[in-house]
Amino acid sequence: MSTETSSGSGPAQTEEMTFREAIRLALREEMERDEDVFMMGEDVGKFGGVFEVTGDLVEDFGETRVRDTPISEAGFMGAAVGAAATGTRPVVEIMFADFIGVCSEQIINQMAKNRYMFGGKTEMPVTIRTTEGGGMGAASQHSGTLHTWFAHFPGVLAVAPGSPASAKGLLKSAIRSNDPVIVFENKMIYEQKGEVPLDEDFTIPIGQASVEREGEDVTVVATQRMVGESLELAEQLDGQTSVEVIDLQSLYPLDTDTLVESVKKTGRLVIADESPLSYGTHAEVATRVMENAFFSLDAPVQRVGVADVHIPFSPALEQEVLPDGSDVEAAINRIV
Amino acid sequence: MLTIRSFDTKAGDLFADGELPGFVHLYVGEEAVGVGACSALEENDYITSTHRGHGHCIAKGLDPNVMMAELYGKAGGYCNGKGGSMHIADVDAGMLGANGIVGAGPPLATGAALTSVLKGEDTVALAFFGDGAVAQGQVHEAINIAATWNLPAIFVVENNQYGEATPVEKQHNVQNLSETAEAYNIPGFTVDGMDITAVYEAVKEARKRAANGEGPTFIEAETYRYHGHFEGDQQPYRTKEDVDIWKDRDAIETFKGRLVEAGVITEDEFDEMKAEIDQQIDDAVVEAKEAPYPDPSEAYEDMYSATVPEISQFSSQMRADGGEDR
Ligand SMILES: Cc1ncc(C[n+]2csc(CCOP(=O)(O)OP(=O)(O)O)c2C)c(N)n1
Ligand SMILES: [Mg+2]
Repeated sequence: MSTETSSGSGPAQTEEMTFREAIRLALREEMERDEDVFMMGEDVGKFGGVFEVTGDLVEDFGETRVRDTPISEAGFMGAAVGAAATGTRPVVEIMFADFIGVCSEQIINQMAKNRYMFGGKTEMPVTIRTTEGGGMGAASQHSGTLHTWFAHFPGVLAVAPGSPASAKGLLKSAIRSNDPVIVFENKMIYEQKGEVPLDEDFTIPIGQASVEREGEDVTVVATQRMVGESLELAEQLDGQTSVEVIDLQSLYPLDTDTLVESVKKTGRLVIADESPLSYGTHAEVATRVMENAFFSLDAPVQRVGVADVHIPFSPALEQEVLPDGSDVEAAINRIV
Repeated sequence: MLTIRSFDTKAGDLFADGELPGFVHLYVGEEAVGVGACSALEENDYITSTHRGHGHCIAKGLDPNVMMAELYGKAGGYCNGKGGSMHIADVDAGMLGANGIVGAGPPLATGAALTSVLKGEDTVALAFFGDGAVAQGQVHEAINIAATWNLPAIFVVENNQYGEATPVEKQHNVQNLSETAEAYNIPGFTVDGMDITAVYEAVKEARKRAANGEGPTFIEAETYRYHGHFEGDQQPYRTKEDVDIWKDRDAIETFKGRLVEAGVITEDEFDEMKAEIDQQIDDAVVEAKEAPYPDPSEAYEDMYSATVPEISQFSSQMRADGGEDR
């Protein structure tokens, strides 16, 4: 079901699709656009990916460009770095972000540093796609939200889309970027639907946040699954509290201007992100706002996240630690 | 072997009924490897396991009732509900943990074998890992260290022919995985993993070598998983006929046949034993179902042995008024 919408420069075709489909569309478009783009990961080929994201891409592009790897994250991450340095554009899938430690040597000491160490004489167009987040009883080693590590680490860019449209736009930018980009996909929103631009040149610049809903009383800066949770809450509070919801989209670089502009209007800030609260993404957003809009703040900044524990297995425990709309509501109630 | 077959068959049924949360990887078909190997170990020896760990746990003597509670995420499970199927551990019993990271076990086994040498103990450490895990860099590193340091370790590859959906020949360039032992200059054998006696004999010999200070052994056991990689796996990568070829060589049936023939057990006695075990597993399920969930507040415990102010501060904030979670 395609619709015509007018936005800015002219009519743009959009279609409703899931987050998963939006990612697959971005992969397909970029593979078609540029022969240098190829994918590798565990069971991304014929099996279609453990979360069924790569789906049937192998049928269109073949096993050479959609490569099943042995279970050797360090090995194939290293191969991606070498391939990128010699002229290709690999897109690597790391099944769960929790496994990234297995190949972090290649990410931290090779991928992120080569360009700098070599005096700018090499490009490193690697895209890493990986999944984060709890909610499916997968326990601590398959549920973590680790993106702050990489948003923190110099030499890599980090994005974390909160809607199907941002998933497509950010992934396309990542693949086109000559710098390494890690795309953090929350596994609980693969089925989430939204309107996605079909334009093959639709991209979202890395480093740009998106105001998803305008409001007057409080700004909620959210990422990934928390974007949907916050939008739903904002709808519920309509009439009582006017909530502005921002999808942060890009963790590094961070769109300070959009955040500051919003808080200057609302005077209140809640940050909702599924990572652990200490030393986190929340702290960075808060600091950026306080550095730039301290005198516009009418109340202390509030953080919603995970209370510095791992994601436990039992549903009783997992639901306890995961943030949701009710936690955002509680945070709003503390300051509005 | 019957306890494992019964436990995991039940776990598969429970998962299909939506009773068990999370991921469940079953050991059905591979029982002779875990039981054959653990039978050749001494009680104080250590094992490391994998994501497909129920069989190793039972073979090492863990209590199926406590395991079942863990699968349900209940208080009283081996990890008090924090680990689940993939993380069952009982260090006191020598079981260093099922493991959600493919290939993460062998380095732990190398460490346990090092302890044995450092403390002058006579324990041996055995690592179970899959054919897929043989492709992991850290497995290579672990075996290399154990071989170079002449540690009392045994590396047992459960070659069940697949790593998830990818067949073994698409993951490795050698014919037999045991050939890789040559690279470490340690003995390597391929044995029939559907024959409990063959596995037992090989591990017994390996344990003797390890205890005599002759270093590690690499054993490949050829076996097969009857279920999918995980419960719910549609298995597009193989046919029912592929599975039947292996089922015809079922380890339990084979061993039973031998025992009956030798007059050790009668068919009736076998059936009785099986019924008893099935009953025990049914009881374990009832017990696990009735057990309480851990108190939600326990989610904030066990991170450190010391008290960390952040956790209590953040958790009380997250739990405060209105922050009600369901
Ligand atoms: C480091 C790592 N990579 C990938 C996975 C996902 N995964 C879980 S089990 C599995 C297959 C393992 O195959 P194998 O070692 O042969 O063991 P089997 O499942 O056949 O018992 C994979 C790829 C993981 N858990 N850890
Ligand atoms: Mg296998």
